[in-house]
Amino acid sequence: MHIIESGNVAAATGVKLSRAQVIAAYPITPQTPLTEKLSEFVESGELAAEYIPVESEHSAMAVCIAASSAGARAFTATSANGLLYMVEQLHWAVGARLPVVMCVANRGIGAPWTVWNDQQDTISQRDVGWIQLYCNDHQQIIDSVIKAFKLAQTVSIPVMVCYDGYLLSHTYMPFEQPEQGKVDAFLPAFAPKHFLDPENPGNFNTVTLPDVRLDVDGNMAPGYIEIRHNLQEDLRAALLTYENIDREFEKEFGRGGNPFIEEYKCADAEFVAVCIGSLSYQLRDVVDMMREDQVKIGVMGVQIYRPFPDEAIIRALAGKRCVIVFEKALSYGNQGALYADIKSALYSSERKPRIHNYILGLGGREIKTQHLVDALAKSCASPDTFGDSPRWIGLKLQE
Amino acid sequence: MVERKYCDMISRSKPGPGDGGNTGSWRVMRPIINLEACIPAKTGKKSCFNCWLYCPDCVVTKTIPPVINYEYCKGCGICAEECPAGAISMVAEATPITEDK
Repeated sequence: MHIIESGNVAAATGVKLSRAQVIAAYPITPQTPLTEKLSEFVESGELAAEYIPVESEHSAMAVCIAASSAGARAFTATSANGLLYMVEQLHWAVGARLPVVMCVANRGIGAPWTVWNDQQDTISQRDVGWIQLYCNDHQQIIDSVIKAFKLAQTVSIPVMVCYDGYLLSHTYMPFEQPEQGKVDAFLPAFAPKHFLDPENPGNFNTVTLPDVRLDVDGNMAPGYIEIRHNLQEDLRAALLTYENIDREFEKEFGRGGNPFIEEYKCADAEFVAVCIGSLSYQLRDVVDMMREDQVKIGVMGVQIYRPFPDEAIIRALAGKRCVIVFEKALSYGNQGALYADIKSALYSSERKPRIHNYILGLGGREIKTQHLVDALAKSCASPDTFGDSPRWIGLKLQE
Repeated sequence: MVERKYCDMISRSKPGPGDGGNTGSWRVMRPIINLEACIPAKTGKKSCFNCWLYCPDCVVTKTIPPVINYEYCKGCGICAEECPAGAISMVAEATPITEDK
């Protein structure tokens, strides 16, 4: 069934179809309508879940950790400073290997206070160990939420489903709502490998010593570093698992096929614009305009940022003349994080393209199509003379 | 393609002596049981065992006489506090111990 709704409602509908059992969230703009919709679903009985109101995001994640530890499918959602307030618990959820799913409606971070869109909130959490999926439209939001629950419980790693605040969270678009029966077949009940069980009492994640030790049964128990190494290996392997989950989803629902990157007119392109999120669809218009002027250009959206899909990115970008990375976030004091990651991935390639970095749209500054055209035209005209520092688009500085 | 066996390693410990590691190395004060005052040791009967009952680390045996596992005893002193016979004294680890013949 097709419906026309906001991105937040697309996310809430995905959570309902995924039959989340425990939802704990604290409202923050622009995520609020998502949690309001979920509380409506629970209140009306459409979703058989415990909705636990909390006094902060830190508590929201703590509740999800507890629920997931007890074997329940747990969900929360937040934005910006709310995400940062739960950071300590984000680390705990992934270290404890709990398949919590969280939506983040991307928003800039204060200070100075802002409620508008950029991606500094989730990009700055790239090193936590959570899987990060990014959406470009409402269909991808609802589909990604369902896939995220399956991915999280398959690999025992929590997943963030990120989408641009306002640009996606508050705009209305038509999208297909999957049938409940099909979602149930795709997403089996959560059967955790490790959970709190009164029949088999145990402690999880208490003080774990630097070295390995013999446990009470005489088996070798891992130390902290072994457990962390295992997380890294699982995260890298999760790329293949996500590809398989996406393929299965595509077979069942007819959508998908681009789990890592989404390319538009890249096959014959000499120049490729790269970004994360809804900007990649805006850039398609720019690409179409520039194609009319015979510029061989395409655009690539990065759909999963952690684990980083380096092999797919090398396949897509090696041999191109120039790659232009647009970012609504910055690793302050250095460069755009995506730019640095793409450069790093291509370092091992013998066919390295030139790479340019633009920062734009921070704190909701409007991204005008003409700005994108101008930036890309400049990069395409002189790909060899750019330098390694990011350039900023749309800055209004007094000279 | 064969997928990885995920989440093969977590931090989990079961109730039992020392599943938090070799915690005996933390000890500053060592509990010593005076067997002449200890009720089960003195009477030869299975009785009392408050030390076994109260030990938060399960390192005291329910035997005659009770035996403390110093590999894991953290020296918290709860057994000495709870012993109704006052048979357990806490001795500084730095004090040389002369064994009874």
